[in-house]
Amino acid sequence: MSQRLYTVIGTRPVRHDGADKVTGRAQFGADIRLPGMLYGHVLRSPHPHARIRRIDVAKAEAFPGVLAVVTAADLPEGPDRLLELVEGTLPLSYVRANVLARDKVLYKGHAVAAVAAVSPHVAEEAAALIEVDYEPLPAVLDVLEAMREDAPLLHPDLRMREFGEPTGKPSNVADHFRHLLGDPEQGFREAELIIEREFRTVMVHQGYLEPQNATALWNQDGRVYVWTSTQGAFSAREAIAWVLELPVSRLCVAPMEVGGAFGGKIRIYLEPVAALLSKKAGRPVKIVMPRRDVFEATGPTPGTCIRVRLGTRRDGRITAAQVWMAYETGAFPSGQCGFGALCILAPYDIPNVLIDGYDVVVNKPSTAPYRAPGATQAAFAAESVVDELAERLGMDPIEFRLMNAAREGTRRADGLKYPRIGCVEVLEAMRNHPHYRAALEGPHRGRGVAMGYWFNIGWYSSCTISVNPDGTVNLVEGSVDLSGTRTSIAMQAAEALGLRADQVHPRVADTDSIGPTAVTGGSRTTFATGWAAWEAAQDVIRQMKERAALLWEIGPDQVEFEGGVFRSGERSMRFEELAARLEETGGPVVGRGTVNPSSAGGSFAGAIADVEVDPETGKVNLLRFTSVQDAGTAIHPGAVEGQMQGGSAQGIGWALNEEYHLSPEGTMLNSSLLDYREPTALDLPPLETVIVETPEPDHPFGVRGVGEANIVPPPAAIANAIYRAIGVRLRRLPMKPSAVMEALWSKER
Amino acid sequence: MKGQKVRVRTTVNGQPAEFLCEPRQSLLECLREILGLTGAKEGCNDGNCGACAVILDKRLVNSCLVLGVEAEGREITTIEGLAQGSQLHPIQRAFLEQGAVQCGFCTPGLILATKALLDRLPDPSELEIRRWLANHLCRCTGYDKVVRAVRQAAAELAEVKA
Repeated sequence: MSQRLYTVIGTRPVRHDGADKVTGRAQFGADIRLPGMLYGHVLRSPHPHARIRRIDVAKAEAFPGVLAVVTAADLPEGPDRLLELVEGTLPLSYVRANVLARDKVLYKGHAVAAVAAVSPHVAEEAAALIEVDYEPLPAVLDVLEAMREDAPLLHPDLRMREFGEPTGKPSNVADHFRHLLGDPEQGFREAELIIEREFRTVMVHQGYLEPQNATALWNQDGRVYVWTSTQGAFSAREAIAWVLELPVSRLCVAPMEVGGAFGGKIRIYLEPVAALLSKKAGRPVKIVMPRRDVFEATGPTPGTCIRVRLGTRRDGRITAAQVWMAYETGAFPSGQCGFGALCILAPYDIPNVLIDGYDVVVNKPSTAPYRAPGATQAAFAAESVVDELAERLGMDPIEFRLMNAAREGTRRADGLKYPRIGCVEVLEAMRNHPHYRAALEGPHRGRGVAMGYWFNIGWYSSCTISVNPDGTVNLVEGSVDLSGTRTSIAMQAAEALGLRADQVHPRVADTDSIGPTAVTGGSRTTFATGWAAWEAAQDVIRQMKERAALLWEIGPDQVEFEGGVFRSGERSMRFEELAARLEETGGPVVGRGTVNPSSAGGSFAGAIADVEVDPETGKVNLLRFTSVQDAGTAIHPGAVEGQMQGGSAQGIGWALNEEYHLSPEGTMLNSSLLDYREPTALDLPPLETVIVETPEPDHPFGVRGVGEANIVPPPAAIANAIYRAIGVRLRRLPMKPSAVMEALWSKER
Repeated sequence: MKGQKVRVRTTVNGQPAEFLCEPRQSLLECLREILGLTGAKEGCNDGNCGACAVILDKRLVNSCLVLGVEAEGREITTIEGLAQGSQLHPIQRAFLEQGAVQCGFCTPGLILATKALLDRLPDPSELEIRRWLANHLCRCTGYDKVVRAVRQAAAELAEVKA
């Protein structure tokens, strides 16, 4: 528990944008309507892999109501550079090629051309008139097939990197990296029990309810305005500017309310297309993706093949680990395998580790981050083997994990030495929870546990705080609010200034109106932008002390501030009293805060799952589910619980039913929300939560990000529960009824 | 006939509303693009997410599956019509107090679904709530706090009636 006593932090005020969200007033990306606005429609490839011989847009251009048609020929060309986005660094050439395909299409749904017209229906009809001459090429759809020497190559110019160096070798393997700690061979020699297993997972989608959208106005003065549902206004500004070869200052990106993102709205898709259409048409253009395009053309998260080998002594101490992990990154490299490698054994103190990772391109949509990108697949593999080891040793699965748990000072395979972390605290909270101690009786029922980790990031954020004469403050921030961070940031400012949460009025600003702020992602926003708000509050306090000193005719360093009151000896003035006297003491007080922290502690999460398997149908019913997570300090416990429940629900869907069903030719067969089948209210039990608080040492309030680690444990916890229910270990996701039935049949044989 | 517009007379949120639309335009498109009522959201446009739900003559419908011309002579309640003056409806307040809103995109549909549920079943069980809400996808919350919000709203509305 946190040592300090807070007034605002730890309470549950109604969020600042609450009224807008429940009255339909909140402006999401597709809700914008500008005078003279046109509607765009994107034509997409029907082939997973093909050369584009020719595109003829004449009929579309001549269609009544059409004002502009664009193809990759309208995109500028320029030198290649690396675009650094949170949770992934991408070469500009790939970003541009994904926006509109130039020579080749690399997946079904790859954008080829776009039309702007007076209505969305006219744009769609006209797009169908565009003639594209394709030369179909053999497609490669599976990660292991793509790694074969004789596999068709997606990118003739792609050369494999190995151990950080270019190899000059043409390959679908974009990157092969390795982490080595200690002496794995010796570690396995010391082991008395060694288990090695292979796991497969397939692509799944973030599944946000709001489709991607973008509205652009290429103004006649040369400035370009973009309104979009993005996780990062500034990262979008940079990506759009680079793709269009414009200086960033020519662009203003206004972040709209975002209807769910989970990592999937960091990359740009429609924004440059809308901008090019607007440039040609001379009018604003809005494009909204149909749901099928969201599945086929935005980033799902990689399918994987992961082999985990673990060795322990009979006393339960893990002596060595070896991991081989290959991630299908989609049409372009994504680096998510690298994140998976940082997380796969993160909960454990293992002296000898060898991890080999492969980032592999295939003819499927370009993958994008999805809540703790790369970590969920990795934990499914590692936590299943850990569970099997505990069982074979006859140990309680939580005690076995505790015996090997990572702590402050533990070195991870990638070399990082942990600062203060909450791994042990999370495991202890799981062990002590009534759920773990409750009886679970009846046939075909079982309980499983698993751990998960996400490293969280810091990065740059900006905030300003202006003092109002009525004693409240206006807080302007650059962080897009995906799920209530306006409030968790405002609460940190309120705590610092001695105000109530509702006396801070937060506003998310466009890129013209606030300093640069990195994307809302990596569980960084409440951590880093909250820190920036704290810095801005300190700046306000410093300036206000000067004003108090002026009124009291003393030095500023003789003024103290605590709990919303300025004091010097017997004299005191409440924040609002002084706020009313700013005009007479020198004018406005505006505080600013900018930060660029690193964060190395990260957040651990655990899950306890009870399942019942129907032996007739193979359906797995979740009876009870508890999520435990280290929040550092929970600023708004209700919002933290919401993150934990949301991440858990996504992990449960990933475990039991979600997947990209592809035809042998590479077409997604379930590209609707009916067939993709996200969990509904009927599929889930109440989701219990336990917030653990081991404060992050560097942060002013001890905050750790909580957005991501919660999705990581559910698939492994449920797999472990299914094993205890029916005695079969499932090593493929999803663990759908047909997979469970096959496992039961194979057990009977 | 394509392009030829039809005159539709309806009542929206208690007020007469008249608009011209193409026969192919859905009620969702008419509400959003013609009447400027963007509270109903397009999540899938094929009736599978519930984000576009509105109440049409006391029945909850996915407005993406209703044609604009079918609204002729009928009464529509959208999320914009739920609050009474400056006061939130008890269901809206319950969603906020229970933290049942995260991104807020599915929220208008969920709130109208709750209203339709409680109008016909004032004291639903947890299973009845979950079964009813199963037509509405929410990707952010895991539904836990949504179910709590529905129960709070049911209790408060029962108190008002008593």
